[in-house]
Amino acid sequence: MSPDFTKNHFELFALPVSFDIDTQALERAYRDLLREVHPDRFAAASDAEKRLAAQWAMRANEGYQTLKSPLKRGRYFLRINGIDTEEETNTAMPVDFLQQQMEWREAVVEARSARDEARLDALAAHRLDEEKIMFETLQLQLSASAMLSAARLTVRKLRFIEKLGEEIDDAFEALSA
Amino acid sequence: MALLQIAEPGEATAPHQHRLAVGIDLGTTNSLVATVKSGAAVVLINHDGDPLLPSAVRYERDGGVIVGHAARAAQAEDPENTIVSVKRFMGRGIADVAKYGALPYRFVDAPGMVKIETVAGIKSPVDVSAEILRVLRKQAEESLAGELVGAVITVPAYFDDAQRQATKDAASLAGINVLRLLNEPTAAAVAYGLDNASEGTFAVFDLGGGTFDISILRLAKGIFEVLATNGDSGLGGDDFDQAIGAHWRNAYGIAAADHRDTRRLLMKAREVKELLTTQETVETVLPLSYGQEFRLKLSRQEFHAMTASLVLRTLKPVRKALRDAKLSITDIDGVVMVGGATRMPHVQKAIAAFFGKSPLNNLDPDKVVALGAAIQANVLAGNRAAEDLLLLDVIPLSLGLETMGGLTEKVIPRNATIPVARRQEFTTFKDGQTAMSIHVVQGERELVKDCRSLARFELRGIPPMVAGAARVQVMFQVDADGLLSVSAREAVSGVETRVEVKPSYGLTDAEIAAMLKASFSHADEDAQARALFEQRVEAARMIEALQSALKKDGDILLAGDELAGIEAALASLAQVAAGADHRAIKDSISSLSGATEDFAARRMDRSVADALRGRKLEDLKIS
Repeated sequence: MSPDFTKNHFELFALPVSFDIDTQALERAYRDLLREVHPDRFAAASDAEKRLAAQWAMRANEGYQTLKSPLKRGRYFLRINGIDTEEETNTAMPVDFLQQQMEWREAVVEARSARDEARLDALAAHRLDEEKIMFETLQLQLSASAMLSAARLTVRKLRFIEKLGEEIDDAFEALSA
Repeated sequence: MALLQIAEPGEATAPHQHRLAVGIDLGTTNSLVATVKSGAAVVLINHDGDPLLPSAVRYERDGGVIVGHAARAAQAEDPENTIVSVKRFMGRGIADVAKYGALPYRFVDAPGMVKIETVAGIKSPVDVSAEILRVLRKQAEESLAGELVGAVITVPAYFDDAQRQATKDAASLAGINVLRLLNEPTAAAVAYGLDNASEGTFAVFDLGGGTFDISILRLAKGIFEVLATNGDSGLGGDDFDQAIGAHWRNAYGIAAADHRDTRRLLMKAREVKELLTTQETVETVLPLSYGQEFRLKLSRQEFHAMTASLVLRTLKPVRKALRDAKLSITDIDGVVMVGGATRMPHVQKAIAAFFGKSPLNNLDPDKVVALGAAIQANVLAGNRAAEDLLLLDVIPLSLGLETMGGLTEKVIPRNATIPVARRQEFTTFKDGQTAMSIHVVQGERELVKDCRSLARFELRGIPPMVAGAARVQVMFQVDADGLLSVSAREAVSGVETRVEVKPSYGLTDAEIAAMLKASFSHADEDAQARALFEQRVEAARMIEALQSALKKDGDILLAGDELAGIEAALASLAQVAAGADHRAIKDSISSLSGATEDFAARRMDRSVADALRGRKLEDLKIS
């Protein structure tokens, strides 16, 4: 008997199945659930209960991590609507977007080798703005079923933006070393 | 033999007795054991009236083992057989140990983890740690006048899987039931959080003898959530001693004749380091084996200058942890200091400057980890309602797999809340490929060779297919102790192959059992009696847990015949447990466990449903 995996993550936390979620409600539901199912609550219980508790806690953690991150949530929302974001297979991207990404990456590399922290800060802020705009687009696209397939491209773009964020973080790390 | 517990006259027998549980801080330099007595966590004091047990073990020719102060004092006299700071060797290979420089031990290369040759034979770091734990267990059982149901043992947050596994194995070897492995900074936060009833975001700065950890935690409504953790498993107070030693060698032209002299020099360095916390200048005399004496002098200013780079090294992991937690310095409400090394004034000053606020020092930095572990042990043993305290801990390092070209594919990222499970799908590279080599690694680097290798195994019997057609699902599971297990299955064309692997340094359960047996006969303890005792405790625990569950939910969640079946199995276990056959008890426990699986699942489902309705079962009953 394992936790009920037929429920999706939204249902698990008793949230409406929608990209636009109440993050505070998510947080509350996650904490309430873990209070009940965390293995620490079952340290003195039977092995069967311990195993179940571990499975439930893993399920809760997975669901929470997926819904907490807007990108993961968007990808997941598309998936449960039967739409594959094709991030591994579909490499077609608008040329201007790719161009901009390349410019940004070059800027990060330059700032890193010049040890220019101010420039990195500016790039990080710029990236955040861009990400915010894209999340707004995603939210709009995911609220109307007619636009769901267009949202795939937005998710793929966000993956690039995320990757850029990791590169900026790496650069900060290299500077502080 | 445990004493029977008798309730006070007139007082109803409690639903369950107070279970003896302890928290153990198994430290690089010193170890401590603490427990909760009358609601307050206290460190237990040993025969010498000392709360600290030096983590030093001396092996003697006649098979005797000395642990603690006497062993530490013998360091200079018998360095090869006196193991100190063994924690640094836990789960480490010979190449890792080499980076500590010249050490007096005769290391023996062994798969996964080094061993040390002593007059009493070859000992692994697990054996040595078990000696320390055995002393702590005895100390606790004598002091509390009873057998322990279990212990929470703390580990540096930055310990990887092999180091955690080694710690757990050492506890098993010492006859300790591990309730949980707990990260040291988390334990410290528990001790602080409950004492100060604080809410907010805290940084725990833990500079121990041999390791440095930084954790960022959020405390809210009884939930301690670790947001990020980072550290340096090769930086600690010992490095400050080394720096002083190196300085003296240069400044005074001291040539250590042998390991004993090196030991004397380092012990003197530690002494001076500690004195410099309160004194501006320290003078001392160092006698060496060839009769020469050195008059040594060191000022606090010199000491701070020569170790400034060590202090600076702690800040890099701090920045990383903040970045991972997506927080800035101003978001931190308080900084908790842990570990004796944080007493050094320049460490205090550097942290105050970095965070812009003075660190919290009101609990003893040497004891705070053990105190927190004791509080958690008390909760896990069931002596306290768990609702008031829940710890959500994380894994310190990313877990992943080797893919083509020696690259790491991360499966579970660092700072993921545990327990956690994640599945990743891989496929074949060549046409007709029937086997796949799976290499599990831990670390943040992109190249496999820069990460720590945890385990390798092969998945065989994949039906021949064109490249890329097979679907190999690799499942990573990290339990609440932070320990990983990995399984893999091939799911195309109905063929399933499953491999379970428990990454470790090469000790199998059978080997541990053998070591356990050897240690029992060695200590003149009767292994059978111990096994019987353990099974009886387990049976009693199970019976009690099930009875209380039946009382609560038996009528509601079970049909009449189901209830009767469980009650019969329960009665049968009670009967077998009264006998003397530990194997029979074990079998009976597992059959009862099997018989109650559905019941357990229904109870869990209902708790979950109640949790999400925001109501507790107890509330429903009252209304």
